[in-house]
Amino acid sequence: MFEKILIANRGEIALRIQRACREMGIKTVVVHSEVDAEAKYVRLADESVCIGPAPSAASYLNVPAIIAAAEVTDAEAIHPGYGFLSENADFAERVEQSGFTFIGPKAETIRMMGDKVSAKLAMKKAGVPVVPGMDGAMPEEPKEIVKLARQIGYPVIVKAAGGGGGRGMRVVHTEAALINAVHTTRAEAQAAFGNPSVYMEKYLEKPRHIEIQVIADKHRNALYLGDRDCSMQRRHQKIIEEAPAPLLNAKARARIGERCAEACRKIGYEGAGTFEFLYEDGEFYFIEMNTRLQVEHPVTEMVTGLDVVQMQIRIAAGEKLTLRQKDIVLKGHAIECRVNAEDPYKFTPSPGRITSLHMPGGPGIRVDSHAYAGYFVPPNYDSLLGKIIAYGDTREQAMARLHIALSETVIEGIRTNVPLHQELVQDTAFQRGGTSIHYLEERLAKLTRAE
Amino acid sequence: MDLRKLKTLIDLVQQSGIAELEITEGEEKVRISRFGTSAAAGGVVTGIQPAVMPATLAPVAEATDPAESAAAPAEPEGHAVKSPMVGTFYRSSAPGAKAFVEVGQSVKTGDTVCIIEAMKLLNEIEADRDGVIKAILVENGQPVEYGQPLFVIE
Repeated sequence: MFEKILIANRGEIALRIQRACREMGIKTVVVHSEVDAEAKYVRLADESVCIGPAPSAASYLNVPAIIAAAEVTDAEAIHPGYGFLSENADFAERVEQSGFTFIGPKAETIRMMGDKVSAKLAMKKAGVPVVPGMDGAMPEEPKEIVKLARQIGYPVIVKAAGGGGGRGMRVVHTEAALINAVHTTRAEAQAAFGNPSVYMEKYLEKPRHIEIQVIADKHRNALYLGDRDCSMQRRHQKIIEEAPAPLLNAKARARIGERCAEACRKIGYEGAGTFEFLYEDGEFYFIEMNTRLQVEHPVTEMVTGLDVVQMQIRIAAGEKLTLRQKDIVLKGHAIECRVNAEDPYKFTPSPGRITSLHMPGGPGIRVDSHAYAGYFVPPNYDSLLGKIIAYGDTREQAMARLHIALSETVIEGIRTNVPLHQELVQDTAFQRGGTSIHYLEERLAKLTRAE
Repeated sequence: MDLRKLKTLIDLVQQSGIAELEITEGEEKVRISRFGTSAAAGGVVTGIQPAVMPATLAPVAEATDPAESAAAPAEPEGHAVKSPMVGTFYRSSAPGAKAFVEVGQSVKTGDTVCIIEAMKLLNEIEADRDGVIKAILVENGQPVEYGQPLFVIE
């Protein structure tokens, strides 16, 4: 087992990884930018290294600085968290070449899944159902593009092959708008990802976002750890997630889960990962795979009783998965609210100093947050302040506990989306369950129109 | 200045978080400073500070706990040359070679003052100001982090 792990991330996930390490008796090295020097997990780390100024490019995305930090502290492994360099195949490669263990899948796996076109192809080959679309990348000839779109059937969505996470996509409803949409998306993709390659898929009107958590060791053992429903989204960013997905029967869950586990075995996947699907009319359609830990992993941990981060570390250290699929039992229901430092209705970011903070507690409540009273939320990074997770024996109990927890939550000095979460938890459609990925935006649009 | 007064001043500096105290009384001047203590005895002083030590914090106007700053060496006045990267600090170009600079040496902007090694690459760090090396804050072979003060130039 590793003696020292370097945590190459910040915010709530750095704290989460640190907690897993500390529980396992592993020393932590935390790298941080200048503005994060006062972070809770920096103070709790065995060692901390300032790797650069505030801008991510000079710090959390600064590969040489991070590897140098691992060198000078004699760290053995690097945990990349989520975002930043976690899905950067070059980083994974350099980490390994420099003699450290990258806690995640092999670089070539990350590379394959990072290209959304090759990922789809790999999944098709592995027997995972995909969104109807095209094989390979978009043709150049406008005539060919039009033909393809007709085959797929409108509406279609044009997506950047190097994108993901909801970025670099455009919906096209009519043939007249098609070619322009392709050109614009290509230009955007080039600017944002340095890769103008795009592809096209059928656009599903009212799908739900259901994803499968998988875990695989370095010995070709793979398991699925149940599913999550992350349909409550705004601009492709998840706001509320829950496990298991409501109104999904056990057989369908087991069937798609096993397909994902089998795909992991086929592609030699190592570590934790998530297969993301759109679910409509009883059918699952693969959209992308995330080759890293996800923000919403706590809801899976609550219903399975497992510690996904510790499993990641054990797998990276070469341990075999001792659990069998039949040992994975989903019990109860968990719902997570992403608390962001932003205006709850305008969504403008709200950095600044937290003047008072009180987080909820009590039975079934878990809080994953690096915030503390007096903490200065820097403007340089994303607005995620933390997650409030409620667990119950039933979905109804989880919702009731979440409602109470949100009402106890006090964060002053900055704006947060806690009021929005309070509304959503009491929303009739949410309480019924099964809302589509467009639900939140439709609801917000109604709100603005009403004003 | 009598000894009793001096003792009171010394106690004052020791008990408070003050790093350096200078008192002028007519013709007499006394300066009491605390620096140099952390480089002492035994313990490996690395530039990678356990986060309790604020010596390497960015100059954000945060109230640093006085009890903690007492543990950090007080820096002499002057311009601090800060590390632009993470790595291992070396005073000379090779083991056994003459150090690039010594205390008291004059330097010009652009003169190499040290090497910081990272990922098997040696990076020459240059003085960003003309002046005299007043203090060398890091020991040879010690790890350093981004923003850590290396030299003081006056």
